[in-house]
Amino acid sequence: MVQFKKWQLFLVILFSLFAIIFSLPNFLSKETLKKIPSFLPSEQVVLGLDLQGGSYLLIEVDTESVVLENFESFSDGLRLSLRKNKIPYTKFNIKNNNIFFNIKNDNKKEELSKILSKYSQEISFEYINDKLMKIFFNNQKIKSIQDNSVLQSIEVIRRRIDEYGTKEPTIQRQGLNRILLELPGITDPERLKKLLGKTAKLTLQIIDDDLSWNDLKSGKTKPGVVIYESDNVLDPSGSPVLYAVKKRNAISGDLLINAFPTLDKGSPVVSFEFNNKGGRKFGKITSENIGKKLAIILDNKIISSPNIREPITGGKGIITGQFTFQEATDLSMLLRAGALPAPLNIIEERTVGPTLGADSIKSGKFASILGFTLIIIFMFLIYGIFGIFANIALVFNLLILLAILTLIKATLTLPGMAGIVLTIGMAVDANVLIFERIKEEIKHGLSPIATIDTGYKEAFKTIVDANITTLIAAIMLFGLGSGPVKGFAVTLSIGILTSMFTAIMFTRILILIWLRKKSPERINL
Amino acid sequence: MPILRIFKSGTNIKFMKIKKLTLIISSILFFLSLALIFFKGLNLGIDFTGGSLIEARFKENIDLSNLRIQMNKLNLGEIQLQTIGSENDIVIRVQEKKSNENKQTETIQIIKNSLSDKSIEYRRTEFVGPKVGGELVKAGILAIIFSLFGILIYIWLRFQWNFALGAIIALIHDVILTLGFFSIFQFEFNLATVAAVLTIAGYSINDTVVIYDRIRESMRKYKQISFDEVINISLNGTLSRTLMTSLTTLMALLALFIFGGIVISSFIIALIWGVLIGTYSSLYVASPILTYLKQEKRQIN
Repeated sequence: MVQFKKWQLFLVILFSLFAIIFSLPNFLSKETLKKIPSFLPSEQVVLGLDLQGGSYLLIEVDTESVVLENFESFSDGLRLSLRKNKIPYTKFNIKNNNIFFNIKNDNKKEELSKILSKYSQEISFEYINDKLMKIFFNNQKIKSIQDNSVLQSIEVIRRRIDEYGTKEPTIQRQGLNRILLELPGITDPERLKKLLGKTAKLTLQIIDDDLSWNDLKSGKTKPGVVIYESDNVLDPSGSPVLYAVKKRNAISGDLLINAFPTLDKGSPVVSFEFNNKGGRKFGKITSENIGKKLAIILDNKIISSPNIREPITGGKGIITGQFTFQEATDLSMLLRAGALPAPLNIIEERTVGPTLGADSIKSGKFASILGFTLIIIFMFLIYGIFGIFANIALVFNLLILLAILTLIKATLTLPGMAGIVLTIGMAVDANVLIFERIKEEIKHGLSPIATIDTGYKEAFKTIVDANITTLIAAIMLFGLGSGPVKGFAVTLSIGILTSMFTAIMFTRILILIWLRKKSPERINL
Repeated sequence: MPILRIFKSGTNIKFMKIKKLTLIISSILFFLSLALIFFKGLNLGIDFTGGSLIEARFKENIDLSNLRIQMNKLNLGEIQLQTIGSENDIVIRVQEKKSNENKQTETIQIIKNSLSDKSIEYRRTEFVGPKVGGELVKAGILAIIFSLFGILIYIWLRFQWNFALGAIIALIHDVILTLGFFSIFQFEFNLATVAAVLTIAGYSINDTVVIYDRIRESMRKYKQISFDEVINISLNGTLSRTLMTSLTTLMALLALFIFGGIVISSFIIALIWGVLIGTYSSLYVASPILTYLKQEKRQIN
């Protein structure tokens, strides 16, 4: 152990450089960072909401209501198709997401099976007894409904938050039916909560083409129409195109049950689907307005204005346009996301005001620096020159830790800062173990080199054992809870690893270089 | 030559001489803590109970008892008011009524509205739904159990079974005494405290493993002397390291406790207590208990 290899020295130097370069931006102000050349890293460690101020919301999507809604819509369709195929039934009822009905004639059973087999991907069915039929959504279907409604909710939420104008929000799915929102800078979330609680309104209405563009621009209008701006089409002057939309015969987006991108004659289109009521209404309106334009209005803006080419019966239709497939996917997502698919419940909310965050940064910083300084002085007083070696390693330990936290974009929270301080306290442990061992070996009267060699060898096993057990506890913290605590677990775990590395590699090489230069006759420790 | 020498090298403290006494004291404290946890209970924060919390800084002088009356009139459930730090910093805690499940998110707004005539800066607001609270309790307990189990297995692999057993007994001792400490002083027990308990477990086991390592080494070296003496030698050999590390960690923690602000103070208190109790238990619980768990043959893996 007395010799160190060239590559070890190289590794230590490499890590030191890495630590300095990537941790440096954290010590500079935002203004200074703008001035440094762009090839140097300028990322700072991300501060948690508890430090920079902001809101944390955990939202639960009521997916069960969506499943029920879908199921009711399915059962409406089923009833209709039973009637159409002249299959007599009695006692049709829905209970706990199961449809029950009695089939009257045994000889219709085959026909019924044929109808049901069309839905075989989404439903399961069985005869409870001779006549009583039970139909229910299979797990796959339920899961896909749940997944869809959570993803849709996230999309709706994202759109709404973007509109609200939040900087860098984090929107994440959590578990089966939850959405985590992290909103830096939002210190009074009440308005936002109201915004999220609202259902976005989507309507389909007929565009009135009696009024020309110029009329609309000059503010001319007529009874029975409302003027809307286009969301994405601009006129030559760069302002959004205006449309006059008839108030009558609006179809609400509530009636939409699905929309998805598909291909029509080789080009991407959006296919949409109404429920029964919406389908009938849509059929009627489209047949009365062939050749006219349909306005698809979301949040008071026209997101698309397709031509009505033919009456659309059956509740299904497509929206053609010059879409790429991506755009078609987005539009169908928007159509589905038009209204929140399910009620949202806020089940956890934490908000930190800006002054508390600033106070926490200030006190956290001060306490960390103080703790660090105390330890450094103490180590020097107890171990002299060896203490200085340990302290150099300690400084680099801190820099490496900071550099890693910055690079992996870990979030630094207040408990996370405590984790760093604790790591510093515990980081000296490895060196203390080694030094105390060396002290004992000195008594055995070996040469300085042999003493240090044995000291390191004996202490090494202990250091590994001791740190792995601590690491086990730290890793378990990951599974626990959110934000601040996780930040603590991250800094603690990384800190344990970096402290092992610096204590063993850094101090050893420093001590060995010192030994070579000075070659002392005996070690004073 | 080092400037300061706190610890004499070559101490020869007879730790094992008082092992019966310390084990009895530890047992008493252990069962006392258990009794406290069950009968007095923990002052659970809203992380675990569900409810709302508002930390407000009043820009005018306020009368806490008047404020309390005003809050109780809102009929929101059990409300606690408490000053923190300064006179004008007040924490309002609301234990939610079970009946008004739907209105829970509005609690904070209702309180804010009722205080709208005063000049207040809201420093922090928290709301935890009852469902989330229950889940966090479960996650906390599971995290503690899993880490104890993980540590047990690791030590079992690296040492003999009796070492693993001794370490885990010492760990459970530390965890229970920490909970007892929180119960007797009624410090708020929240998610951060559970994190502290886990850290204590990690710290305490760190200490224990270092000592066990030395005991194992001494067992190989000194085959002729009694096991009690082997442990004494090992504890003395590692004593200056044990105290050194505890001291540096305590220094860092004290700095955080005094200057780190009110938000993490209960977290830091738990850690400070844990370092003290962890150091004690490594010396006086984990080590002496080995003499009772010792296998017939002193065989080393």
